[in-house]
Amino acid sequence: MADYELIVGFEVHAELATATKIFCGCSTEPGAPANTHTCPVCLGLPGVLPVLNGAALEHAVRVALACHCGISSPSIFERKNYYYPDLPKNYQVSQKRAPFGVDGWFDLEVDGTVKRISIVDIHLEEDAGKLVHPEERSAAGYSLVDFNRAGVPLLEVVSGPDLRSVAEAEAYMTAMRRLLQYLGASDARMELGQIRFEANISVRPVGTETLGKRVEIKNLNSFRTVTRAIEYEMARQIDLYERGGAVAQETRLWDDARGETQAMRSKEESHDYRYFPEPDLVPMVFTDAYLADLAAKLPELPAARRTRFIEAFGLPEYDAAILTGEKTIADFVDAAVALGANPKTVSNWIMGEALRLLNEKGLAPDALPITPRALADLIALVDDGKINANQAKQVFAEMFDSGAAPEEIVKARGFAQISDVSALAAIVDAVVAANPDAAAKYTAGDDKPLGFLVGQVMKQSRGQANAPVVNALIRKKLRGE
Amino acid sequence: MALSREEIAHVALLSRLHFTEEELARFTEQMNDILLHFETLQEADTSAIAATTHVVPMVNVLRDDVPCPSLPPDTALANAPERVDDLFKVPRVVE
Ligand SMILES: [Zn+2]
Repeated sequence: MADYELIVGFEVHAELATATKIFCGCSTEPGAPANTHTCPVCLGLPGVLPVLNGAALEHAVRVALACHCGISSPSIFERKNYYYPDLPKNYQVSQKRAPFGVDGWFDLEVDGTVKRISIVDIHLEEDAGKLVHPEERSAAGYSLVDFNRAGVPLLEVVSGPDLRSVAEAEAYMTAMRRLLQYLGASDARMELGQIRFEANISVRPVGTETLGKRVEIKNLNSFRTVTRAIEYEMARQIDLYERGGAVAQETRLWDDARGETQAMRSKEESHDYRYFPEPDLVPMVFTDAYLADLAAKLPELPAARRTRFIEAFGLPEYDAAILTGEKTIADFVDAAVALGANPKTVSNWIMGEALRLLNEKGLAPDALPITPRALADLIALVDDGKINANQAKQVFAEMFDSGAAPEEIVKARGFAQISDVSALAAIVDAVVAANPDAAAKYTAGDDKPLGFLVGQVMKQSRGQANAPVVNALIRKKLRGE
Repeated sequence: MALSREEIAHVALLSRLHFTEEELARFTEQMNDILLHFETLQEADTSAIAATTHVVPMVNVLRDDVPCPSLPPDTALANAPERVDDLFKVPRVVE
């Protein structure tokens, strides 16, 4: 069997983080009761006039600038015509011949090397409503439509066919989601469908240059699903070629339960969209000054922030990558440091206890239930010698569960730290006397019993001893160090 | 350039229009008459003119991102041929 190369491009759809829909004042808040966020405009009633949401436009242009796109000016909206019950007007307002962003690029880091991915276009469109298919057998004859989502601003970022492995595809999805979040353009929460991926997949024998027939995969609603679908589709296409068959250029749906892709049943005709300029929306024209101003105001993006965490905070590369991987976590670190906490200590808490507890409770990083203020205060309590490291961990866990301030927890639990040298020296004397074997071994140069002896002192002090002081006392007493 | 009967049938299908054989023949003829007028228009030299997408001299019409009240669901659903609770009921679609 010849070696095949995987070729993947993505269409990323992201709901923009605006308060209102793209062409009307209906709220975009998710989770509202069915059809309570609708009006004559987003229901497509006759005689209405859509007006573009300025915030949606600005988000779209900022993302296009961050992806180094050329900006079409004038830029126009067009009608994409097709019939589907989730589309009240029987056309979707979208962009085709003059989208906001064209011919950009995106630097993707995979395994330490940077690969430049081309961005073909970035355009703005309106989301469709949501279809509900009742499960009961008696309901087999109908579907239900909720138009709350119809008209939510949707940004589509189309990449070139530049990704060559599953690892690159995964890195691209993660990085694009992160970019949108850093720009504040989209909350991009997968579980709410705020970011959705369509993958264009083809394969070709290694060493050849022509692109094979590509297959578009829809219905991918998690990173895991995309990975599985790419792996499945790659194997399916290679198998077809190996058996002398041909891959049809088509759209296939991912069936998660079966773990396979299936050809869509819809007819060829439905893809003849007959785009034409939307007469109800006037063109957008951008001055160089406006674009330069938006570009200058772009926030610090993930790569720059990671470099800053390494250079200004002295964090290891790995830690900086994890911390800046989620904007909310990176914001948390910056906020805690701004409150006076040591960056490395903040990093240790996040990399250790915070991520461990989030993971244990199955929470997303943006659900971190403590505030930067609380962590900074906790770190100060440790730095000031008020509590020891062990107690701090317990306080952190309780902060995580109850949201209480660290001082309150310390007070309620009666935590205190014994740092007084004479008080601790007395306990050390007693522990050494009670454990002559361990003490003798340590004196003789074996380091192992130290941990045991410190532990005994901690126990005697009911966990309140200042561990570094105890360490120093034992070393001094038994080794004269 | 003349449109064939098949092309007219295709456009009708896309537009969810159902024509009888007689209508199809008549509309094919009429569509081709309309296209003839465009052929006359094609004779004008437009090489120095940018494609026109809008005839009103306006650009950059925007609204602020401030929520307005939506319709009560009963009003929103007033024209629904059928409903189940506050949802529009449509023939089953599965893809
Ligand atoms: Zn509306």
